[in-house]
This record gives sequence, structure tokens and C-alpha cells, in this order.
Amino acid sequence: MANDSDGITGGEAAGTAVEKAAPREVASGVGVVASDRIENPGFPPHRPRVTDEDPKKNYAAERTVSILFYLSIVGSIFAVAAYIAFPIVPGDPGSIRLNNALLGTGITLGLLGIGFGAVHWAKSIMDGHDLVESRHGTRGSDSTRAAAVEVFRLGNKESGFTRRSLLRNSLIGALVVTPIPAIALFRDLAPAEDPVGLLKHTLWDEGVRLARDPEGTPIRAADVTIGSAFHVIPEGLEDSEHPLEEKAKAAVLLMRLNPGDLNELPERADWSYDGIVAYSKICTHVGCPVALYEQQTHHLLCPCHQSQFDVANHAQVIFGPAKRPLPQLPIAVDEEGYLVAQSDFTEPVGPSFWERSL
Amino acid sequence: MSKKRTAKTGRRSPLATLALLTVGLATTGGAYALFTGTATAETTAVHQQLVDDGEKLFVANCATCHGMDLEGTETGPSLVGVGAASVDFQVGTGRMPLQQQGPQAEEKPVQFTEEQVQALAEYVASIAPGPEIPEEEYLTGKGDAAVGAEIFRINCAMCHNVAGAGGALTEGKYAPALTGTEAVHVYEAMLTGPQNMPVFNDANISPEDKANIITYLKYLEENPSPGGFDLGNLGPVAEGLFIWIFGLGAIVAITVWLTAKSN
Repeated sequence: MANDSDGITGGEAAGTAVEKAAPREVASGVGVVASDRIENPGFPPHRPRVTDEDPKKNYAAERTVSILFYLSIVGSIFAVAAYIAFPIVPGDPGSIRLNNALLGTGITLGLLGIGFGAVHWAKSIMDGHDLVESRHGTRGSDSTRAAAVEVFRLGNKESGFTRRSLLRNSLIGALVVTPIPAIALFRDLAPAEDPVGLLKHTLWDEGVRLARDPEGTPIRAADVTIGSAFHVIPEGLEDSEHPLEEKAKAAVLLMRLNPGDLNELPERADWSYDGIVAYSKICTHVGCPVALYEQQTHHLLCPCHQSQFDVANHAQVIFGPAKRPLPQLPIAVDEEGYLVAQSDFTEPVGPSFWERSL
Repeated sequence: MSKKRTAKTGRRSPLATLALLTVGLATTGGAYALFTGTATAETTAVHQQLVDDGEKLFVANCATCHGMDLEGTETGPSLVGVGAASVDFQVGTGRMPLQQQGPQAEEKPVQFTEEQVQALAEYVASIAPGPEIPEEEYLTGKGDAAVGAEIFRINCAMCHNVAGAGGALTEGKYAPALTGTEAVHVYEAMLTGPQNMPVFNDANISPEDKANIITYLKYLEENPSPGGFDLGNLGPVAEGLFIWIFGLGAIVAITVWLTAKSN
């Protein structure tokens, strides 16, 4: 039935037919519902290939295929030979490059030679006629379907699944309860501690010295000349429990501007020291390190999504997808002349999160 | 003093020793003073000559924008206190004299001879002291490349790219590629912070660490990328473009060939 409505059939003998779409013949007076389906145009006329007509071309194609196979053999052997002849020398990156390049060339040749040869063989030498292979229907025969129903009916009768409701219901209950231990286990994969508290605090605290990244040596205010940019970590970062996690939150960029260029908010007037300002290096968009500082325009560019912050104007966003200015670290100078933090950041650093109030 | 007496005692007059010492001291001291005096005078003269030459060059080539007394004008910043290092970098890489006003001064063929650059540097440094041209010992590239690489990654890589291939900044400005840059210019750039580059003074990155950075950059230049073609080390843009055009192009071509009928 499916075959009939398609207008396509396997033909009388599979492998021989070039199907033609002809209108079905019906007796006169029978109503025919016109189908809006595109008619099957059938195969294009058979066109012999050059290799079918010219034995010389056929022989040339055969030779090409065998050359491709031989090339594959050469490639595979070459790969092994190159692997032995140009070994990876520890400490010499150049040798890795050479070894990989030659090994890759050899293996590529080995695989592509077989692939291209086989396809070329099939396309130009193997028999070239068109044929249709019909799919069988997916619906089972009526007897198969009846047998399947019988199996279920017998199973139900012998086990008493519908009749013995106590057994059935207790089994269903047991199945429902089985996954509960898994749920309990997966629940414990969540952070043991409330992460919001961790997001709101960094290693910075009152009196913590600003130190150079990566040496960890403290920085004197006098070291920071105008136009300088220092990459800063809190002193003692290496001794903390999770130095990398702490660094990811506490990284700071320290810059000194001409105090005349600095336009500070009145409530933050004492957060800087003689033109030295410290801002979080973590972008408020999605947390990339913002450190492309231009010392004349005082623009700070985030390389990930091109957010720009104006350091001269309390790091407000002047371009890009970031929504909030970079948090400023209030700084002061201790009695030995070293720069210290006045407190932790007054707002969470980095990108927004659900529980963030600001 | 008779000869006999001398032979007998084996002693000269104590005064003779004193006289000899005086003569000796006077001769060596006088000669030293004489020679060093000449040398200093010569150095000063040569130096003065350089400063004078530099002043002429400055007036002829730089004063339009930077002012007759280095005080700066609307079109160019003051050069008071920028130091010899800054002049050697800006003029020695061809960035100055500026070709045209733009987002930033671009590297171009050097406009002056080495002597002229030196004269300009001496002149600018003679007006007010500033960072000096670095010592040769830091420019040899014989430091620790691994330490240099770490400091480079933290302080330089965000703009100049981890492989020193350069990168874009805001509003048409860019951090130039560092490949092929002379060690002395790399050092001077860190020391003086040309244009929008921040200053990395010796208190921030010590001279030894600057030498390590130079070593790292040299190492990058001399060693090919172990990963094969680096495609300019520009990262995902260049690599993505390559694989989308050539990789996908090859796949499309093979697919077309697979399904095309043999002629």
C-alpha cells in the first residue's frame, strides 16, 4: 500500500529498472484525487563513463588506484621510519615539532591513500549502473503482532501480575524507593559551605600589604612612579589554604596617575594615595582579568569582551558589556612606607551572581 | 760622605729616602693629575659636542611639537625628564619624528644615524635627568628564560600576547609585536613606558628580571613552536579562520567528489 501511493516500486526485477513515473490507469468514471506530490522523475538516462568505452582509460584508472594503494603502503612505512629516525629529544621542542609533522604526514598518506583509492575504484572501474533497493515496511505481520500480544497475555496469566495486587503494588513501591540513596548522595555534591559568603570576601583586610605578583614582595608607595602599573596580590597569599582560588578573587591592578587627572568620588577621596589607585583585576562582566592599562588615556580594557573602564573616573564602564565599575580597593601607607589595604573590597568582586544585592 | 763610610754602614742618609719619596710621589701624582685631567677635559669636550649637535637636531626636527625648551606644545608632550632611554627608544625605532597624528606613533624606518640618535639623547638628558640607556650586561639574553616567561605572562602578555605577537587596544591603538625588537629597545620601553604602555620601573621589575624577559623573548624567536604552524600566534581568530576555510573547505571538496559521478 505504501509502495502504491508513492508511485515508486522496486520494479519487476530489482537492479534492472529505471523507474518512470506514469499516471496510474483507472477505469473511466472513477474519481481521482489529484496528488500535490512532486512526481518522481526517475533516473536520468544512463551515460557510459570514459572507462566503460575506452579500455586504455580503464587501464589508466586501474593503475591510478593501485598507485594510491602503494602510496598508502609507502606512507605507513614512512611514518614508522620517521618516528625512529627523528625521535623526540627531551628538552628540545623543535624535535617534537619535526617528529609530529613527519609522523602525521606518513599516517595521513597511509589513510588517505586507501580512502581515495577505494573511492576512485568504485567510481571509475566498478560496474556503473543505477539501481533501487526497496526498504521493507516497518510494520510487523499480523501473525507476529498476535504472537507478541499472546506472550504478554501468557506472562500476565502465569505471574498473576494484575491479579495479585499486593505483589504488584509492593514491587512498584520498591522500585520507587530504590533511587533515593542516589539522590541523597548527589545532594552532597553541592558545596558544603554557602558559596555566597566566599564570593563576598577576599584575602584583603585592614593592614594587609600590597605585594608584587608573583614574587610576593611588598610595594612601597615611592616605588610606584607616575604611569606605572603593578600587578598585585595580597601579602601572604602563598601561605593561604587555597592560593589559586584566593588569587582569583584578590588580584589587583595598582596604578599611579597624575593626581590632577584623577576624578574621585567624594566618599572615596581617601581611598587612593597621592594618585595611586588600586582596582580589582576581575572583570564585572564574566570575570576575565582586566589588565590592559593605557597609561595616557587611563583606559582599562578587558581582552575577553572589550569592556572598557575609565580609571581616572573611578573605573566606570565606558564601553562594552560590563554593567558595574571595577571594585576599588581602599589603600593607605603604613609607617614603613609600604602600601596596605584599608579594608577588604566593599562590594563583591567579579561577575554578578543571584544573591548579589548591588 | 765618603765611600768607605757608606760601604761600612751600608746606609744612605735618611734624608735621601725622604727626597726620593717626595720626587716619586710628585712625579706619579703630577702625571696622574695631568693625564686624567686631559682625559676628563676630552670627555667633557666630546660630550659637549654631542649635546650641541643634539640641540641643533632637536631644534630642526623636534621643536615644532615638543617646544624649543622641551616644554611641550599642544601637539606634543613635554620632554623634560624623559631621559636618554626614552629618546633612544622613540627615535631609535623610528617612532619619532612622528609621521602623522594618529592613535599612536607607529614603528617605521629610523630617520637618523646612530650618532644623531645618541646626540639627541644626550641633549634631552642634559636638560633634565631621566632614565638612562641600559647597561650592556642586561641585554645579552643570557638570563633565565623560565623566570622571564613568568614575569612576562603576568606583566606583559595581556597586551603583547603570550608569544609576544602583539594585540589590539582601544580606539585604534595596539600593542606592537615584540618579535625582532632589539633587546635595548625592549628594555627602554619597560623603563620609560612609551605612549600608552605603563611604566615598569626598576622597583617594579628589577634590571635582572628585565634581562630575564629579554632572554624569554629571544628564546621565543630562536625556538619554533612545538605545536607546528603557529599562524602568527594570534590565537583563536587566526586558527579558527584557518580551520573554517581550509579544513571545512577540504571536507566540502571531498564530499562533492565522493558524490559526483565519474565522467
